[in-house]
Amino acid sequence: MKYITYLVVGVFFGIIMYKSEAASWFRIYEMFEFGSFHMYGIIGSALFFGIIGVQIIKRKNIKAFGNQEMQLKPKKQSVPRYLIGGIVFGLGWALAGACPGPMYVLTGAGFYSILVVIGGSLLGTFVYGLVRSKLPH
Amino acid sequence: MDLIYEPWPWYVSGPLIALVMFILLFAGKQFGMSSNLRTMCSIGGAGKAADFFRFDWKKERWNLMVVIGAVIGGFLASHYMSNNTVEINPDIAQKLSQEYGIDSAGEAYLPPELFASDQLSNPFVLSILIIGGFLVGFGARYAGGCTSGHAISGLSNLQLPSLIAVIGFFIGGLVMIHLLYPLIFN
Repeated sequence: MKYITYLVVGVFFGIIMYKSEAASWFRIYEMFEFGSFHMYGIIGSALFFGIIGVQIIKRKNIKAFGNQEMQLKPKKQSVPRYLIGGIVFGLGWALAGACPGPMYVLTGAGFYSILVVIGGSLLGTFVYGLVRSKLPH
Repeated sequence: MDLIYEPWPWYVSGPLIALVMFILLFAGKQFGMSSNLRTMCSIGGAGKAADFFRFDWKKERWNLMVVIGAVIGGFLASHYMSNNTVEINPDIAQKLSQEYGIDSAGEAYLPPELFASDQLSNPFVLSILIIGGFLVGFGARYAGGCTSGHAISGLSNLQLPSLIAVIGFFIGGLVMIHLLYPLIFN
């Protein structure tokens, strides 16, 4: 039963990604060309509500369902890991025109070439796992 | 009908994305899409090759359900809720056409020049898709998250590491579009 909930959340997320055009290569390209406010508006307005909501959760110590802790643990501090990893991700995001969430959405939309991108990202994840101990974190 | 077929404006889409994040938080989970790639590697047996993939992936099954849902959502939206074209800034569309020969802005959801299935036999296009995917997968795991995990979840929680990661995303994206695209696509 719980899994159905996650499935429904996923369907909802998929529809939002597709309908907002955040899953479109054109919108990603346009964003990095600063050609439109659209993508910045999506991320910005999500953050506006996200930041307010998380602050309320923290200040009122609101618990998740079943009285579990909210998954809001602070992330480990570091610079190289986030900066270098982030730059590598950004290069791929702009080259493929898709980040992980939209990749799944585009598969459902019938763009089967995106499966090659997903294959590449699985390979990238795998190689990261292999060389992880040799990278600065 | 316009409401269904027209693209959703940013001020509708952004708050709905925040809602997805809050639903998952209340379920005791964290919104993040790229960690599924690690889970899929583990299911495929990558634990034999690296410790990084030796973890209890069964705990991540909920997130794979989100992935399956996203696939279904993409199917529903593209078949019943969209005319599958994306209008962008005309200046940008013109630049794409003139400089890179991508003429499909306003006529398609993804450029067929890169994503039409018959283009997979073109080694240049195939390498772009594989390398682009590789960088996304490698970078997301190195940075510990992608657009959902850092730019939405992490920044909502005012995490400095997520801000550094998002700055990295944009450095990488801007370098790719402004410095590397002219070299790759000309």
